[in-house]
Amino acid sequence: MPGLHKSEFTNPVVNWIDTRLPVFTMLTKEYAVFPTPRNFNYFWNFGALAMINLMIMIATGIFLAMNYTPNTLMAFDSVERIMRDVNYGWLLRYVHANGASMFFVVVYIHMFRSLYYGSYKAPRELLWMLGVVILLLMMATAFMGYVLPWGQMSYWGATVITNLFSAIPLVGDSIVTFLWGGFSVDNATLNRFFSLHYLLPFVITGVVFLHIVALHITGSNNPLGIDPKGPQDTLPFHPYYTIKDSVGIGVYLIVFAVLVFFAPNFLGHVDNYVPANPLVTPADVVPEWYFLPFYAILRSVPSKLGGVTLMFGAIAVLFVLPWLDTSPIRSARFRPIYRQLIFVLVAAIIVLGMVGGHPPQGIWVVLGRIATAYYFLHFLVILPLLGKLERPLPLPESISSPVIRKGGGPLPYGAAAAPMEKN
Amino acid sequence: MRLASLAVLGALALCTAAPAFAEDEIKLPEQIWSFDGAFGTYNRASAQRGFQVYKEVCSACHSIKEGYYRNLTGIGLSEEQIKAIAASVTIPTLNDDGQPAERPGLPSDHFRSPFPNERAARAANNGALPPDQSVIEKAREGGADYIHALLTGYAEPPADMKMAAGMNYNKYFPGHQIAMAQPIHDGQVTYSDGTTATVEQMALDVTTFLSFIANPEMEQRKQMGVKIVIFLALLTGVTYVVKRRVWSDVH
Repeated sequence: MPGLHKSEFTNPVVNWIDTRLPVFTMLTKEYAVFPTPRNFNYFWNFGALAMINLMIMIATGIFLAMNYTPNTLMAFDSVERIMRDVNYGWLLRYVHANGASMFFVVVYIHMFRSLYYGSYKAPRELLWMLGVVILLLMMATAFMGYVLPWGQMSYWGATVITNLFSAIPLVGDSIVTFLWGGFSVDNATLNRFFSLHYLLPFVITGVVFLHIVALHITGSNNPLGIDPKGPQDTLPFHPYYTIKDSVGIGVYLIVFAVLVFFAPNFLGHVDNYVPANPLVTPADVVPEWYFLPFYAILRSVPSKLGGVTLMFGAIAVLFVLPWLDTSPIRSARFRPIYRQLIFVLVAAIIVLGMVGGHPPQGIWVVLGRIATAYYFLHFLVILPLLGKLERPLPLPESISSPVIRKGGGPLPYGAAAAPMEKN
Repeated sequence: MRLASLAVLGALALCTAAPAFAEDEIKLPEQIWSFDGAFGTYNRASAQRGFQVYKEVCSACHSIKEGYYRNLTGIGLSEEQIKAIAASVTIPTLNDDGQPAERPGLPSDHFRSPFPNERAARAANNGALPPDQSVIEKAREGGADYIHALLTGYAEPPADMKMAAGMNYNKYFPGHQIAMAQPIHDGQVTYSDGTTATVEQMALDVTTFLSFIANPEMEQRKQMGVKIVIFLALLTGVTYVVKRRVWSDVH
C-alpha cells in the first residue's frame, strides 16, 4: 500500500506496528546505528545526564504535587507534612530539591563543553540557540519552584525578582502587578507559580525534543571539532555510547545520592526553613547558587534598569554567540589563545558567583564590576577580534588519524579551516 | 595554559581569602554529635533527656507545631510511654453540642502549642515571638552547633555595649541582643537516669532532641544512603569494566 513503511523487523507484532508507525525504525536509526564521532571524551556524557535529570525532576515533581498545597497559609506546613508523613516524602522532596542543583551543574558543564569545543558554530547554531531557550525555561522553572515551599527566601526571592520588571519604563509597575495578580506577592502569586512550575517542565521537554532533532540533523561535534569524513571516523551509538553514557550516569548518580542522603540541605539556604513573613526581611536576600553569577551582574550596576538589562543581556549574548565568535576553528585545542581565555571567563563567572553570595559592599562591588565587565568583554569584544587575530594550530587530517601531517609544517590558515566548511 | 591556570587559581584564592575581609563573623564552638557523619544516629538517652528538657522548660514558650507525639518512637520511647505523655496534655476540641471543650491528647496529636496564636505569644513575651522549634535545626546557620552555642552563650554584656530594654546578651546570637532570657540553669530539671543536669548537659541533650524533631527521617535516610552509594559504586564499577570490553576493539 502506498505510504506504508517497509519495515525490516522480523517480529510480526513489531513489524505490524513499524509498518504503520515506524517508531522502531526511527529508534534504531537515531539511537542504535546512529553514526557518532568515535573520539568523544566524557564531556559528551552531559547531554544524556541532563535528559535523565529532567526525567527525575518530572517524576518526583508529579508525586510531590499530589501532596503539596499551593496556599500561603498551608504551603509551608504541607511541605513539612511531605517530609514527615508521606511515605518516602522526604526522599521525593530531597531528590527534587537537590535535583534542581544537579540539573544546573550538569547543564553548566554541558554548556562549558559547548564553549570549549565550539559546538555552537556552524552548522549547529540553531541547536545551540534551542539550548539557550532550555536554559531560560529551566531558570524560570527553578525560580518558581523555589517559591513553592513558602519560606522566607521563597517569599523575598519572589519579591525581589518579580520587582525587577518594575525597572521597565512606563509599564513596569503594571507588569509587576500583573505578574503578582495583586499588589504584593501573595496567594494569587503562589497559585500561578505552582501552575506554571508544573507546566514549564513539559515545555522544556518539547524544546529538548527539538534540541535532539536538531542534533541528529547536524550530527554531534567532537573534541577535535572537525567533521567525520566517513565510517572510519564514527561508531554506532549503540553499544559504544550507550555504555559510555552509562558509566557517566553511574558517577552522576553517586554524586546525586551523596547529596540527597548525606547533605540534603547543603546547597539550600537556612532561611527557607523559616515560614514566609512579609513583615520581616532576611538580612540578605540571596537566590539559589545557580543564579548567583547573574544576581551579581544585576547588582554590579548602580541603576536598576541598567542592572536588569545587563542581567538579561548576559543570557541574550549567548543567543548571538555563534555570530560573535568569528573563528572558523571549533575546538579550543587548536586555538592557543582562546583556550586560555575560556578559563579566564570561567574564573570570572566563579568570581561573579561568589560576589552574588555576599552583600554588595566594599571589595565585592569592585570584584563584581570587574568580573561583569570581563564577561561582556569576552563575548562582545574578544571573541569577534580573536577569530581574526589568532593563529590557529594545524588541524588533524581526520578523526581516525589524529596525527598532524609531519613535514608540511603548519597548515595555512585557509586550508586548516576549509574542511569545516564542507557542510 | 599559564594564563588559564592563573585565572582559575586566582578565583580559588579569592574563595579562600574571602572570609578574611568579611564582617566579623561569630565562631560557633563545634561539638561532636552522635548524629554526625554518614553512619550517625541519635543518641537515644540524650534525645530522651532532651525531650524532658523541652517538655519541662522550652515548651512553656516554644511550640513544635509540625511534630507529633507518635514521632517520639524515633528517640526510643515505647508506645505506652508516648500514650501517657500525650494524655498528660489537653487538646482543644469541640464537644457534641459544638461548644469548645478539651480532651486528653493522643499519640496522633501534634505537640501542643503553648499559645493559641501569635498575638497571644507576643503578649506573654514582652512583644517577642518565641520561634517554632519544628525545623529550628535546619533554619539556623550552624544547625545543632548554633543551638548548643546559643543555649550556653549567655554572659554579662561587654562594658561598652548598650543593651536595649528587656534584652539579654548572648555571645552567639546575631547582634548579641536576644529577647529570650537565659532559659536553662544548672539543676533545673531532674533527669530520671541520674545524669547531672548542668547547663552544658541540658544544652547538648535538648539540641539532640531538636535535631531529631527537625530530621526525624535522618537515620533511615543515612542507612538507605550507605546502601545506595555502595550499590551505585559497584554498578558503576561493573559498567566501567563492560565499557572497557565493548571499546576494546576500537582502541
